[in-house]
Amino acid sequence: MNEITTGFGILTLLTALPLAGALLALLIPRHARGVALITALASLVVALIVWLHLPADGSIGLVERLNWVPSLGIEYHLGVDGLGALMVLLSAIVTLMSIDAAHRVHHQPGLYYALVLVLEAGLFGSFTALNFFHWFLFWELSLIPAFFLIKLWGGPKRGPAATQFFVYTMAGSVALLLSFLAIFLSTATPTSPGTMDFAELTSMAANGSLAQMVTAHLGAVMPWLAMGVLAGFAVKVPLFPFHTWLPAAYAEAPSPVTMLLTGAMSKMGVYGLLRIAIPLFGPQIAAIRTPLLILAVATIVMGAWAAAAQKDLKRVFAYSSINHLGYCLLGIFALAVPASGAATQASQAAALNGVILQMFNHGFTAAALFWFLAMIQFRTGGLRGIDDFGGLRKPAPVFAGLMGIALFSSLGLPGLNGFVGEFLIFRGVFPLSWISATVSVLGLLVTAVVILTVIQRVFSGPVSDHWAKFPDLHHSERLALAPVIGLMILLGLVPQLIVDGVNPTVQYLLAHWRF
Amino acid sequence: MLSLTIYISFIGAIVIGTLIPANPPRIARVLALMVAVAGLAFAVAGFIAGAGQGSVVIVDKLWVPAMGIHYMLVADGISRVLVLLTGIASVAGILFSWNIENRANQFFAFYLVLIGGVYGVFLSGDLFLLFVFYEIAIVPKYFLISIWGSTRREYAAMKLALFSFVGSAMVLIGLLAAYATSGSQTTTLVGLAQAGLPVSFQMWCFPLVFVGFGILAGMWPFHTWAPTGHVAAPTAASMLLAGVVMKLGAYGCLRVAIGLFPHGLDPWAFTHFGLASWRDVFALLAVIGIIYGALVALAQTDFKFVIGYSSVSHMGFVLLGLVTLNQIGVDGAVLQMFSHGVIAGLLFAIVGRIVYDRTHTRQFGELEHMHLARRMPFAAWAFVLAGVASMGLPGFSGFIAELQVLVGAWRANPLWTIGAGIGIIVGVAYTWRALQKAFFSDIIPGAHVLEEEKAHPFAPITWPEMAGVALLGISTLAVGIYPRILLDQIEPAVKALLGGLQ
Repeated sequence: MNEITTGFGILTLLTALPLAGALLALLIPRHARGVALITALASLVVALIVWLHLPADGSIGLVERLNWVPSLGIEYHLGVDGLGALMVLLSAIVTLMSIDAAHRVHHQPGLYYALVLVLEAGLFGSFTALNFFHWFLFWELSLIPAFFLIKLWGGPKRGPAATQFFVYTMAGSVALLLSFLAIFLSTATPTSPGTMDFAELTSMAANGSLAQMVTAHLGAVMPWLAMGVLAGFAVKVPLFPFHTWLPAAYAEAPSPVTMLLTGAMSKMGVYGLLRIAIPLFGPQIAAIRTPLLILAVATIVMGAWAAAAQKDLKRVFAYSSINHLGYCLLGIFALAVPASGAATQASQAAALNGVILQMFNHGFTAAALFWFLAMIQFRTGGLRGIDDFGGLRKPAPVFAGLMGIALFSSLGLPGLNGFVGEFLIFRGVFPLSWISATVSVLGLLVTAVVILTVIQRVFSGPVSDHWAKFPDLHHSERLALAPVIGLMILLGLVPQLIVDGVNPTVQYLLAHWRF
Repeated sequence: MLSLTIYISFIGAIVIGTLIPANPPRIARVLALMVAVAGLAFAVAGFIAGAGQGSVVIVDKLWVPAMGIHYMLVADGISRVLVLLTGIASVAGILFSWNIENRANQFFAFYLVLIGGVYGVFLSGDLFLLFVFYEIAIVPKYFLISIWGSTRREYAAMKLALFSFVGSAMVLIGLLAAYATSGSQTTTLVGLAQAGLPVSFQMWCFPLVFVGFGILAGMWPFHTWAPTGHVAAPTAASMLLAGVVMKLGAYGCLRVAIGLFPHGLDPWAFTHFGLASWRDVFALLAVIGIIYGALVALAQTDFKFVIGYSSVSHMGFVLLGLVTLNQIGVDGAVLQMFSHGVIAGLLFAIVGRIVYDRTHTRQFGELEHMHLARRMPFAAWAFVLAGVASMGLPGFSGFIAELQVLVGAWRANPLWTIGAGIGIIVGVAYTWRALQKAFFSDIIPGAHVLEEEKAHPFAPITWPEMAGVALLGISTLAVGIYPRILLDQIEPAVKALLGGLQ
């Protein structure tokens, strides 16, 4: 085992900041909202600094490594590459949006904001951890506040929704933990008790020694371990048919919490696939690529169809989220083929770039949509049925315009951020698996229909007298939304802002993965 | 330094029991708290001073020359960790006994005798002395439960006493037999270990002593005293029972049964039902205890019984870790003793004191209608903390402890790990069920209920309750985040102990 040790650094600060904020919010509940806003803003600044200090070659930088529990191979090991830093940035943005959107929380605000900040710390921790124990700590840490945020501030059916969310995710976590326990036990050598370090395990997987050791120790269980790890992430993302917890949880959670769930927490699953499942179990995943692709396509198509069938706007967007993350899964599973030739490599790179961009773009676009939904509910006393409104464009043109941009971003209109990721995914997947790419296009079409239907039913048509006085966005709302909408347009026009940071990591990762 | 923990507890007990009047109770409890805090201070000081040192002989005097009995106190890393646990648990227990009004001086006197006995067991370097302290610790439990207890207290106290005495008798037989067989004129643990007891003798003496101590550790199927005893006991006594008294049993299993009769663990010449040694038998019992305790906890309707059975399940991890006989498994077992001591103490404090004293019920069916998360947020969030710690979530002491036991068990026999793993999953289920039912039920109150609640709010949380929760909560969190605080002392001690077995 490596004996490299460094001190604490900026990534520790990043994780500690929200925890400190949470404590402060609990201590002075009267000013909890202010504390939360300042903490989230400060975290965003730190996240930006991290994003600007990545190594140019796409490898992992800003490393912090300390001994923690040597007898179990546990280290305090932190670091980020383009993927991790982008997710940190996304988490910081979405948390800030969510806190801003939560101004209607009057019930126990101290606790509410403390839980949101703990959740943010969990997100930061899991996106920067490079040792399984460390990562798992934060993965679980984020689950607890999410559960209580749904359970205590959710809608009428919050109890069952929260429990279902908890049980599903916990079952996935147990599968993950067991797989990693098996890996740890198998990697024991006379000089080391075994390892749980992602970097070490990745290089062991790349030269084939990981599979050898596991097989020598436990027999031919590598495919089962891969399944265990996949199950943990499949629940979180989610992958059809592990998605059934999601609509209820998203619909019952208060909208600011839904923003966090879909904007940031769902990315933990995709991130886990890229950081853990693919690097460690490349060949095993490649072996079951076809069934996985079928599930991913099913996620895309059925997510879109289900969204089309919903009457509750929140559920429309929930299923639409399933659909959008399906593209990420499609891209990841499609690229799990042994690289042969430059054309395949280029396709893999395109797909992976697309996946990472899609994670980021879907994250804040979906968060923005739920934010708008929260504003609609606020103005109408909680209504959110797709048929409850009509003609809102007339009384609230700015509202309609800005939400329209967010909706079109979700639809994937060229010129807005949503397009780039999906385009790159399709560009990459098509040569790798043309059938799944072709069938998935169906999902794009249905999504377009869904989004256009929402626009039509809510904003167009005759205004009923009831909504003639629907208030437009006021100044503070416009001010809060401006950067988000601006970012959608900016990233649609200049995607290089993200791609330049991500692409080196994509190349680096692909060079170190083996299928 | 460490030996002072014993003396100050006994002196405190005598002073409080004889010189302090029963009324007002305040004097007795303040004095008891001071004694316990002093004990904790000595334990902490001894723990810190012991860092980097191996086994240290604190005092060694010939006590009964005719039999070679020594008054010998020895501390190694394992002892220091468990003494520290005892210090923490005793202070917390007194904080949660702040409401004892009835015969307070006697209560705290018995309490401190119990504590002194526990300290004594963990520090004894002589088998006879260890047994004496062990008995001293058992007697006060009977009175604490039968006088200050609740649900069926006489029955529970008697059951506990009978189980304990049967266990003690088995231990005593083993002790005398070992003394007689060894022929060496000493009863010190070191002396007996070096006496070279015959393998055939160890083969029958080991299970006798292991079961004798195992009864107190809640070993299935001899665990039945534990849930009834825990439930009937007053809060502080349940905290001590689960927190440290069960550890006495586990400590005896490790120090005496395994330490003196290691060959009892050797394989038999035959195999029955897939069991080839006493080690297999006890591992099987431990795994059954883990799963059985968890499943029974899942089915309870009384909040305190859930915690009572969970103790059986968690102590199964300790016993399983001990019989792995490898470094990491035994490390895990010792760490789990500490971890469970703290977490079980916290759970019993919340259920038996903070909640019960205000609601006067422990039935989920009634608690569900009380909306405790809203009316008693401190208790609810303290239970969330204790609950996730008990579930073995990373970041709390239980995770590292149980993980080490699982890893050690895997190296000994993978089947054990699978059984224990199932127990962990059920553990999540029963803890979460209790949390939901007791604090976060979905039953929506009617308007008249809300008014009723407003008219009769629960008594506010008192400072001793907050201090107790903070002490125990910080302990499990600190060890969970940085387990090397304890592991750095446990590892060399376990290494020395296991090395001596070869």
